[in-house]
Amino acid sequence: MLFSITSAHSMALLFRRLKVATCSLAAILLIGWQPFAFAEKSRLTITGSSTVAPLTLEIAKLYEKTHAGTRIDVQTGGSSRGINDARNGLADIGMVSRALKPTEKDLNGFTIALDGIGMIVHNSNPVTALTDAQIKDIYLGKITNWQSVGGPDLAITVVNKAEGRSTLELFLKHFGVRNSQIKPSVVIGDNQQGIKTVSGVKGAIGYVSIGTAEYEEKRGTPIKRLTMQGHEASAANVANGQYPLSRTLNLVTKGAPSKQAQHFITFAQSDAVKHLIEKQFFVAP
Amino acid sequence: MAKASTRSNRTDTYLSRILGAMGLLCALLLVLVVFFLLKEAWPVVQSGGWLRFFHAQGWYPLEQLFGMLPMIWASIAMALGAILLALPIGVASALFLLFYAPPSVAKIYRLLLNLLAGIPSVVFGLWGLTELVPIIATWHAPGTSLLAAILVLTLMIIPTVALTSVAALSAVPKELHAGAQALGLTRKTRIMSVIIPAAKAGIISGALLATARALGETMAVLMVAGNVVQTPSSLFDPVRALTANIALEMAYAMSDHRASLFAAGLLLTLIVWGLALIASRIVKSNGKVLAYAK
Repeated sequence: MLFSITSAHSMALLFRRLKVATCSLAAILLIGWQPFAFAEKSRLTITGSSTVAPLTLEIAKLYEKTHAGTRIDVQTGGSSRGINDARNGLADIGMVSRALKPTEKDLNGFTIALDGIGMIVHNSNPVTALTDAQIKDIYLGKITNWQSVGGPDLAITVVNKAEGRSTLELFLKHFGVRNSQIKPSVVIGDNQQGIKTVSGVKGAIGYVSIGTAEYEEKRGTPIKRLTMQGHEASAANVANGQYPLSRTLNLVTKGAPSKQAQHFITFAQSDAVKHLIEKQFFVAP
Repeated sequence: MAKASTRSNRTDTYLSRILGAMGLLCALLLVLVVFFLLKEAWPVVQSGGWLRFFHAQGWYPLEQLFGMLPMIWASIAMALGAILLALPIGVASALFLLFYAPPSVAKIYRLLLNLLAGIPSVVFGLWGLTELVPIIATWHAPGTSLLAAILVLTLMIIPTVALTSVAALSAVPKELHAGAQALGLTRKTRIMSVIIPAAKAGIISGALLATARALGETMAVLMVAGNVVQTPSSLFDPVRALTANIALEMAYAMSDHRASLFAAGLLLTLIVWGLALIASRIVKSNGKVLAYAK
């Protein structure tokens, strides 16, 4: 069983090692190691979105238990990489945490779960809801104090996502802004870093996957989800389609999937994995 | 006898060949790495030239803007701030260790410094994010800032500065110690006016190596600096270092965006090389100083 989850953090570690042990890295290059070009018959390589990866990993574990002889290699690296790898044939299946764009018609998408993006603040913040216009003004730097939106006299710390994340793209699209217009105080990589930042700063506002936020809130992390357009940011509202800022989590293949990939995708869309989806605080489609 | 010496000569030849091959391999790997960086960075250089990294208004890869200047300034500010703090503390630790601490304390203290040098940077980052940043946030939100990065980096490079200073101070010839003592100088004068000047070059080159380490640090900086791409104008500004930028975006980057990250890597390599070159020059001149002292 080979699982190599390469999150943003361990990716950074990788780069540190690259610096420290340049020699060993280059030695690997010398013997022509191709990290993602394994091609065994009984092996599936799945790469892409760091939001979808933990779920895919759980599904893959279960799949391997019930289908002896199949090895599934799950690697993360963002939705863009999922698209890219599926296109270039570097991966059998790509993971993409958004709907496919019109320019991606060459790919087949299979929705395995739904997720929403929720605005979060520190739980000491009395504000419980913001309008879309208010959120937009906060992110554009027009509102800089919580007082202006009915909160305490406290400077707003704007937490934004780093480039390349589909969460950022969805957020920008929903509010109709460009990333260069946003005036962030902190830029974060993954959901966990976002939650840690917001829970550590009383005046912070950020946006993360609702599933992760709900999970952390239940564990006692001092964060709070804001109501959007009158809808609570919860898995239930994502499931019934009322929550405005939601997305589909997809597996994609180039053209029609191979027999083996199709088999895995069918499994990932079946009722057998419902409990895994709920465990990750996503919503089964 | 003749036989034995022939055998040892032969062993010597083999050994020198093996060592030579190893050395060549390492040099070759360095060339390969630079070649690899150049090759990966080439597309973006070719399509927009080197200057686009310095002229573009900010870093917005989604909008094809690849301005690195704010991140270069941030990296330099962090490394400079860290070495300014770490140099006096590190040198003071070295002096304490060599001249003031009782032997038993010195032994434990040296162990402590080695231990500190071995702590993984991610641990420093974690500590910075959960302990240091909230404290800074009470003065000035959001806490993740240039200051936080400088403080974490300072902690990380103090052992480097201290240990290289210890080495430089220990290398001061006995004759100088004896001469200074013979002149009846007090311990303070001996250290301040004789020992430190004699070890100056070694201390400075150690500081340059520590600066290079601070420049190359990624994980800890990524966690505490806030990562907003802007030219720092105050200690409380969140900033993004070149290294943090690569770590933050590499996994998600494609085409021009990806190539520009490799260009950033190349730039970092060049800066660190520059520092190493200066350090080696200083060590060379230090050799002359010591020879003169003898």
